[in-house]
Amino acid sequence: MSILLSRYAEDLFWIARYIERAEAVARILDVNETFSRDSRGGQNWQSVLAIYSDEPRFFREHASSSAENVIHFYTLDRRNPTSILSALRMARENARAMRPLISTEMWTQINIFYNRLQALGPQEITEPRLARFCQFIKEGCQTHTGITEGTFYRDEGWCFYQIGRQIERADQTTRLLDAKYHLLLPSVDQVGTPVDASRWNALLRSASGYHAFRRVHPSGLTASDVAGFLLFHRAFPRSVLACVAEISERVTELRSFYAIPGATGVTGALDDLRRLVDDADIEQVIRDGLHEYLDRVQRQLNTLSRDIGREMFGHPGTG
Amino acid sequence: MSASDDTTADAGLLRDYDHGDHFCEMFGRGAIECAHTRVLRDRLDAMSLTSLRERAHDAELELYNFGITFTVYTQKDAIDRILPFDVIPRVLAADEWAHIEAGVRQRVHAINLFLHDVYHERHIINDGVVPGDIIFSNDNYRPEMDGLDVPHGTYVHIDGSDLVRDQDGRFLVLEDNGRCPSGVSYLVENRHLMLRTFPDLMDGLPVRSVSDYGARLRAALEETAPAGVSEPTTVLLSPGTYNSAYFEHIFLAREMGVALVEGRDLLVDNDRVYMKTIRGLEPVHVIYRRINDDFLDPRAFNPQSLLGVPGLMQAYRRGNVSLANAIGTGVADDKAVYAYMPRIIRYFLDEEPILPNVETHLCREREGLQYTLDHLEELVVKPVGEAGGYGITVGPHATAEELAQCRQQILDRPHNWIAQPTLDLSVCPTLVDTGIEPRHVDLRTFAVTGRDTWVLPGGLSRVALKRGSLIVNSSQGGGSKDTWVLED
Repeated sequence: MSILLSRYAEDLFWIARYIERAEAVARILDVNETFSRDSRGGQNWQSVLAIYSDEPRFFREHASSSAENVIHFYTLDRRNPTSILSALRMARENARAMRPLISTEMWTQINIFYNRLQALGPQEITEPRLARFCQFIKEGCQTHTGITEGTFYRDEGWCFYQIGRQIERADQTTRLLDAKYHLLLPSVDQVGTPVDASRWNALLRSASGYHAFRRVHPSGLTASDVAGFLLFHRAFPRSVLACVAEISERVTELRSFYAIPGATGVTGALDDLRRLVDDADIEQVIRDGLHEYLDRVQRQLNTLSRDIGREMFGHPGTG
Repeated sequence: MSASDDTTADAGLLRDYDHGDHFCEMFGRGAIECAHTRVLRDRLDAMSLTSLRERAHDAELELYNFGITFTVYTQKDAIDRILPFDVIPRVLAADEWAHIEAGVRQRVHAINLFLHDVYHERHIINDGVVPGDIIFSNDNYRPEMDGLDVPHGTYVHIDGSDLVRDQDGRFLVLEDNGRCPSGVSYLVENRHLMLRTFPDLMDGLPVRSVSDYGARLRAALEETAPAGVSEPTTVLLSPGTYNSAYFEHIFLAREMGVALVEGRDLLVDNDRVYMKTIRGLEPVHVIYRRINDDFLDPRAFNPQSLLGVPGLMQAYRRGNVSLANAIGTGVADDKAVYAYMPRIIRYFLDEEPILPNVETHLCREREGLQYTLDHLEELVVKPVGEAGGYGITVGPHATAEELAQCRQQILDRPHNWIAQPTLDLSVCPTLVDTGIEPRHVDLRTFAVTGRDTWVLPGGLSRVALKRGSLIVNSSQGGGSKDTWVLED
């Protein structure tokens, strides 16, 4: 069996997370552009800041959450660690460190992708061109995913890569839902009643879930249906449930097949996460408070991430 | 597109090429005609400049996209640069190579014997052949190595010799690199690039392969593993992704099939070295380190170093881990010691040097200093401790002001400088903005030594892209060429 350095495992984990993150930000910007045009012409870019809890940092640098400011902040702003450019720079840096391990095609694609991105000027992200920019980002990330699926050697490293991607994906889905849910649904009483369909469409589309949703719910559109689909549908690849199932399988593989001692140490956090999402009922979740629930999921994902770091990447324990 | 597809109307790539009075690697000079390049010349001549330029552009783009780069640091940014690649190869005939190979092997052998002697009995100093102060005043002399035996007496596992060729086509050694010679990755990647982008140029020619460098290196390193270790684990220790040669570290780790580690991935426990893996600590027996002595172990050397591994030197002294190259090899590739190399070869091997040195004047010696000061405008003046082409003054190209500054530096610290005649280095036809023109080249060879020495049949031909320039270092705007060694 090959020797995998702890640092390599961690880098692979983060390559996947950063690529997934860049793709998620592109999805959110893309859909927000449609969103903000759709409703009475009002601009609503501050909601994107809310998704990532970036308001304090953003307003230290900018006076207003104008479209131009927010879009720049999340696309080409080098100084903002949550921008697409920063995420892909980190992905590339990690991939650079992992070049002995990843396939040449994986490296070449990330390298070209990043070099093209950083050569873009501010005119490429102005609102009329934003959709095309987001398409460029999504396609680049998806190309990475496809190349990785088709060329990356499937040893322990693959498990860490997959776990990283699924943790990030689950986290992004909860954020998307958390921020939009309140904007979409002023009062809990309205849960289950038909709402402004175009807004929910946009939410589903930002998760690439509209067509899948329609296969499950051919007609009608309620808030709880949409939230339930995004959180708990086992066949929808971006649902939290599907992500957790995949994480669970990879952790089991590390423990049982590869006999990684540290994998046993993360089962506690994983079990807690599974208890939270397996067999959860959306109506109940909404009654108890969706925001609180999403918050718990996010915290549990962080705990899992921290435990993986401690048990397998060699981070010092927190005691 | 293959060479024969070009219409003959605008072919004749080399028609206007004129190498003047320089020795040309393609056309020779005077009575030397370089018959071995005939096929390549004909193939090039069948191409047009336009098509060559297009294909050269594709090749450079590929280098950039593949990230075959070195990193240049400015105050603001880290910029990835490719080593400019010139698509016209440099070809060495079988007999030329046999001569180089024998010369390099001889030199490596002498260097290893010299290092053993310096760190043991010091016969060569006691016999008055090499002055002791050259060794002991050298910053790269490591008293920690005194009396330490290394497996097979191999100190320099990887050696790079910089060779140049004079106007008569004679090969001379310009410099020895016995610490961390770099460049082999470009050599191998240049070949791969050439095979992808110009297969028609090489088609059917008996060019010797350079692809097994990694396997040879790994085997040699394993031969020098600590005694009693039957299946040694080898790693490559890199300063990390911010090092300008990081691409090469990746390349070597991949070609050898070993882990590329950084200092933080290793630890020393009870004088043994381990790496941190997802399964816990795994023992490490051989380290190909691309970190200078100074930074290798903060406990033994520079205490500020964050790149190294605390306790590594102690594990090394105990014989629990092998380092390639050994610590303290810098005393052998010093430019002052270089001047003594012919005497070192005669002393240890009782042989004449197969590859002669370039005539060298030591400013530390009275006659050398006087000669240098009297002929400054004809000489190349080099500081003894620097690598990478830094600090060099090329007399014939220097301004009066630069010469005056150089003179003052020599007078301030004579022992820090050597001077050599300005050689008329050989040239190679090279694609530049104005067409195909002669440009000066050198040749870095790579020798790998475990029990025995193997010389990679090829080399990194570095080319000075500026017209008339003699400085080929990549940090000074040099490029490189694929170098073909032909079979008999």
